[in-house]
Amino acid sequence: MLTPPETPAAPRLDLPPVPAELPAATAAQPAPMLRVEALRKVYGGRAVVRDLSISVRRGECFGILGPNGAGKTTTLRCCLGLTRADGGAIELGGLPVPEAARVARYRVGVVPQFDNLDPDFTVTENLVMFARYFDIPGRVARERVPRLLEFAGLADRAGARIDQLSGGMKRRLTLARALVNDPDILFLDEPTTGLDPQARHLIWDGLKRLVAGGRTLILTTHFMDEAERLCNRLCVMDEGAIIAQDTPRGLIERLIEPVVVEVYGEGVAGWAARHARALVERLEVTGETAFCYMHDPEPLLAMTRREPALKVLRRAANLEDVFIKLTGRDIRD
Amino acid sequence: MNRRFLYLVERNFLVWRKLLVPSLIANLADPLIYLLGLGFGLGALVGNVDGRPYSTFLAGGMLCYSTLNSASAEALYSAFSRLKVQRTWEGILHAPMTITDVVVGEWLWAAAKATLSGAAILAVMYGFGFARGVAPLAVLPVLFVVGLCFSGVALIMTTLARGYDFFTYYFTLLITPMGFLSGVFFPLHQLPGPVQRLAWLLPLAHAASLARGLTLGDAMARPWLSVAVLLGYGVAGVCLAAWIARRRLTK
Repeated sequence: MLTPPETPAAPRLDLPPVPAELPAATAAQPAPMLRVEALRKVYGGRAVVRDLSISVRRGECFGILGPNGAGKTTTLRCCLGLTRADGGAIELGGLPVPEAARVARYRVGVVPQFDNLDPDFTVTENLVMFARYFDIPGRVARERVPRLLEFAGLADRAGARIDQLSGGMKRRLTLARALVNDPDILFLDEPTTGLDPQARHLIWDGLKRLVAGGRTLILTTHFMDEAERLCNRLCVMDEGAIIAQDTPRGLIERLIEPVVVEVYGEGVAGWAARHARALVERLEVTGETAFCYMHDPEPLLAMTRREPALKVLRRAANLEDVFIKLTGRDIRD
Repeated sequence: MNRRFLYLVERNFLVWRKLLVPSLIANLADPLIYLLGLGFGLGALVGNVDGRPYSTFLAGGMLCYSTLNSASAEALYSAFSRLKVQRTWEGILHAPMTITDVVVGEWLWAAAKATLSGAAILAVMYGFGFARGVAPLAVLPVLFVVGLCFSGVALIMTTLARGYDFFTYYFTLLITPMGFLSGVFFPLHQLPGPVQRLAWLLPLAHAASLARGLTLGDAMARPWLSVAVLLGYGVAGVCLAAWIARRRLTK
């Protein structure tokens, strides 16, 4: 599955015929691949995207994190020209969106949140037909199929029907389909939601190879390990606005205490209130777990040794801690 | 002039080709049952209509009705499943295609498929000897226009619909009454004058008039007006459908 390519970086597939309307300079421009300024989108009087500005450079993997309903998918749809924005400016591959969105999409691949593979076609037919929508001749598309299938680890499924594929295979086929036009920039909306750990790792490997091959990735996720692993830079969205933007390391260093001690057990809330509060910099208690954030954990650890009933886990702070600190522990639906 | 809508026609054609045999059987079986059941069963009671056997008269009407049904089924149920259930349209719109490309492609495809359904009836008419010589073949382009008319109107429903249930109303409240008002199953002149005038505002009466005129040699009142009415409904329908789809999908 997802076998390594012949060259260290993911191979660029031979380019599709570039349509005449496309500005010739796009490939060489140092300008950002995606520039969004003060984007605003309102649904029924409620702003679901508020004053959102991001800029993504060529070759970068940029993550958009946020709880459900934060406005991630709406933001992506606006960037692709699929949803009308109510304010702001977008430039995709140097072209204004939505005015030139259709032409801009010649250089773009999309992995949507919900698979929309064509169930009336086989695996190969899906790739060939999708290439046709990019004005790629059928002959050229068919030549590309083996490499795409190999990339997606689906070489032995070329003739399979879509309903014969597992969830992970469908996801990989969707990723392969997003590459039929050899795009410069890929939009991925929660690419691994609903997949098991093995399938997620396969997708991650594929995405890392795409970035190594010089492609620009913009992905939304609510998996912090995914963001930490893949993204060069990311922003955290909540209620339609960006509340933090940095490298994963930068966010952790800037926004949170470096050490976390998780303490669980019955009566932990009372214990934490009596003994821990004075020894930590920040304390959060949910149910039977106390999350203690601090720089120096030794005094607290010494204290916990006197309470054998409590279980203790000491770890470095991670992106999830940042995310929870920024967006709270409440459930979003 | 862009021809991107042809990619959608190509897509639907490739899928149709996979289901060619069941599709052709359905194209033939349904209208054939009507023709045999109504034409010969009811025809024996009715005797001659407008100076010819009822089955011959009915075949001329079924030519349009079958085209109408095929255009409607494709533009309603099949297009809706591509829009909503299978998310095929969504996927296509991630490529450099526009909503208008997709809607126009569906429109032309449904009309082409409907033409084939009509052609199947024409073949049956030749088989029974209702149609003779090459002259009736002139109805084929007209059947395409009939297909454009009814798939255009149906696409309005498709882009408005939230579920398949909606299409039942369309058939029950619009298509079926129009079928009885338009001279498909019995001659239009059987109806009271005001109803006849209403019928001529609907496209199916024009389609039936053209179909009988071209296949059976009946006199046609104003053939070019009839073609214009059919095209008018179809073009207005597809334009409105594209407008609705743009509003709903880019919201």
